[in-house]
Amino acid sequence: MAPTVVQMRTPAETALIERFEAEKAGLPGAAAERAAAFERLKAKGLPSKRVEAYHYTDLRALMRQAPEAILPPNTYLMPSDRICIEAIPTIMFGNGKMQLAQDIALPISVRAIGDALESGSVTLNSAFVKLSDPVVDLNTIFCRDGALLEVPGGSKLSVHLAFVDDLDELDTKETFSVSSRVIINVGAGAELLVYESHEGSQRSRYQSNHVVELILGEGAKVEHIRVNTAGNEALVLSTLAASLAAEAELMSLNFSMGGAVARHQSFITYAGENAKLDLRGATMIRGRQHCDNTLVVDHAVPHGTSRELFRTVADDEAHGVFQGKIIVRPHAQKTDGQMASNALLLGDEAAMSNKPELEIFADDVVCAHGATCGALEESQLFYLMARGLPRVEAEALLVEAFLGEVLEAVSDETLRDSLAMLISEWLAARQAA
Amino acid sequence: MAAVKETVETVKTIDVDQYKYGFVTDIESELAPKGLNEDIVRYISAKKDEPAWLLEWRLEAFRRWQTMIEPTWSRVHYPAIDFQDLHYYSAPKNTAGPKSLDEVDPELLRTYEKLGIPLREQEILAGVEPKNRVAVDAVFDSVSVVTTFKEELKKAGVIFCPISEAVREHPELVQKYLGTVVPTTDNFYATLNSAVFSDGSFVYIPPGVRCPMELSTYFRINEQKTGQFERTLIIADAGSYVSYLEGCTAPKRDENQLHAAVVELIALDDAEIKYSTVQNWYPGDSEGKGGIYNFVTKRGDCRGARSKISWTQVETGSAITWKYPSCILRGEGSSGEFYSIAISNGMQQVDSGTKMIHLGKNTTSKIIAKGIAAGKSDNTYRGQVSAHRKATGARNFTNCDSLLIGQECGAHTIPYIESKNASAVFEHEATTSKIAEDQLFYCMQRGLDEEEAVALIVNGFVKDVLQQLPMEFAVEAQKLIAISLEGSVG
Repeated sequence: MAPTVVQMRTPAETALIERFEAEKAGLPGAAAERAAAFERLKAKGLPSKRVEAYHYTDLRALMRQAPEAILPPNTYLMPSDRICIEAIPTIMFGNGKMQLAQDIALPISVRAIGDALESGSVTLNSAFVKLSDPVVDLNTIFCRDGALLEVPGGSKLSVHLAFVDDLDELDTKETFSVSSRVIINVGAGAELLVYESHEGSQRSRYQSNHVVELILGEGAKVEHIRVNTAGNEALVLSTLAASLAAEAELMSLNFSMGGAVARHQSFITYAGENAKLDLRGATMIRGRQHCDNTLVVDHAVPHGTSRELFRTVADDEAHGVFQGKIIVRPHAQKTDGQMASNALLLGDEAAMSNKPELEIFADDVVCAHGATCGALEESQLFYLMARGLPRVEAEALLVEAFLGEVLEAVSDETLRDSLAMLISEWLAARQAA
Repeated sequence: MAAVKETVETVKTIDVDQYKYGFVTDIESELAPKGLNEDIVRYISAKKDEPAWLLEWRLEAFRRWQTMIEPTWSRVHYPAIDFQDLHYYSAPKNTAGPKSLDEVDPELLRTYEKLGIPLREQEILAGVEPKNRVAVDAVFDSVSVVTTFKEELKKAGVIFCPISEAVREHPELVQKYLGTVVPTTDNFYATLNSAVFSDGSFVYIPPGVRCPMELSTYFRINEQKTGQFERTLIIADAGSYVSYLEGCTAPKRDENQLHAAVVELIALDDAEIKYSTVQNWYPGDSEGKGGIYNFVTKRGDCRGARSKISWTQVETGSAITWKYPSCILRGEGSSGEFYSIAISNGMQQVDSGTKMIHLGKNTTSKIIAKGIAAGKSDNTYRGQVSAHRKATGARNFTNCDSLLIGQECGAHTIPYIESKNASAVFEHEATTSKIAEDQLFYCMQRGLDEEEAVALIVNGFVKDVLQQLPMEFAVEAQKLIAISLEGSVG
């Protein structure tokens, strides 16, 4: 009786299908996984707002085209020096392709993912079997390049993954797409700082889809800082998938201000007991920017601890999205999960959508979430203005303090200071406008 | 403390088989043939002697419903419902317009007596203290059997009658307001209800009148293989106030029965509606066999400035509860409240919560939801708070807490908080935990046994909501909570 609805394919969906048919012969390894992901894409299409996980980021409407993938330009791409960090080894990804400078001697094993896939020593969906997320599927279908890093147990080091998605200066392409996959195996007891930067073309409407997988061994400690200063017109899709073995500790911060549309997903799974997670986000958006932080924290084993702290500042007509889900599986007793999302709306037309979720199947747990949304407190502004600060400066001070709390977990002082500087610059541009 | 003790004693005295309203009334009924088509819609309309416009309204809804797809987004699981295998109309025979209680089938009166519902006005009047008088509209399957205190309410200008009677006697009011809050196109079950609704209550409070007593409707499903589709419409005109209570039970049957009601509330300028529900449909047995599917659309429209709608619900029954009593805050300075206790035990599934849609300036809303999951049940809070562009100064506070008792149940929280206005201030907090060992220890150290200690803590947990209930409901609800949790402690 009930009619079944058949969705028409959008031009982007049709183009994606054609692209894969054309490209598949040249993609390295993992043919079966790519084909399976492709079948899912073909069957379901891009996720629309009717798909719960994409309710606020309607990819079907936002992804208008499916531009072709491009190779890195002939000129060597360099990350900008806007952000400073103590000198650490850098692995460049020019349009997703690993470009390891020969003179950098890394104390870890680094392989291009294409080679690893060809030899079958690594797979693409190991971390995502249960998820079948459409953005990850897109990455699985098309990713050609990236890296496989092996961090030996007990070692202690830092690495900068610099993603630059850009064209040759003379290239006039209006649009292009890039995707890459980086898999990092962190040995037992190792300590690792991963600084991941994303920059890109300011003049083309490119689409990026980068996936980073972190597999933490027992007792490994990882600090992961992702900074998104992607191009103004870009559609930036990114995913972090991490699995935590027993006693492992992960701090991951997503610092996001770039892209016309940005969606960062974090999928964290607990594989061993007593693991600790500290997930953070600082988002500054303006104009008509759209930024989505989506996370799924899956407590599959007992005695896991997780803390999530996300702060969003939206100006003008920008739209911030936070979707956080804490899952506590049956028998994952003694789980302690606390999640908070706070948003400041500076512009009258700015909007925020919060969806903090708890999905709990074990009884001996302590889980909580909080979400707030509002404008700057008038009384706080008044306090500062009564002490002689002009309104804009008072506002800036409050916003800096609001976002600053998230940065406290960054251990590298230089990096922390330059992130704080980015916030100040963003606010200064606001005052100038 | 007395209430707590009583709770514990109630728990002790009842059998494992907890549902005490599970009896079947042996009464002859007039049933519509099974199945759903335009003829059935016409049949129901003819039975109710309805005007042409209402039949047309029903048919339009029915045609719409045929094009709709059953929603599947909720966190509940059940086998597909065969909508052609249900009776859409069932009425106890010989109840056509009883002039007084004497004409009502004594079997029916006994049923309500057993349920503890006072239908005889004189009984209440004979009581020592007539202060807690409640006017009752008793709905049995598809028809309203009796409405008490009608005369006295009439003196105050209040209209309280079955909706089928209102269609005949106050068509202008019904036509003006019916379907304006929950349109016939709203959702799958509301559209189905619009096509086949049978009875329900109609309330109209004239301007400036404070309704002299609590109004109450008592719903009872009796017949096998029937669905109950009642429709309630409450209009509080400018400056008026009404408190409305709703209760419901059903016999124990092996089959699942569908209850798809629609409740529409309309509050005009400065009016206030307080709507309280104690939902105690048959929840099915401990294996999850039988029980009511409670798929209800409840929505209040704060149409006037400074109007107020408050929903209070205690959900303990039904195999599946799927409902979101909502407030549309349209009037400037209007406010909405939602207080809920949802308790699930056995194999029950609950997906319930609220929606607060802030449209007007300086609108405020408050949500307090307490979920308790025990046994193998699943208990989900799902709520939406949204502020639209023009909702300057909107304010919301949400608190939803879940308590888990036992290792096989689940408690979930899914809030949607959407703000499109910078001056709107939304706060949301949620926690999930079990009864803390230290709290239990504290109570037991002071001489309470474990059961008493749990009862005390649970009662404390839901206190914020219980306080919102009218007096006589609060006591009943407190007992109900203990009964629902029986067997899950220890």
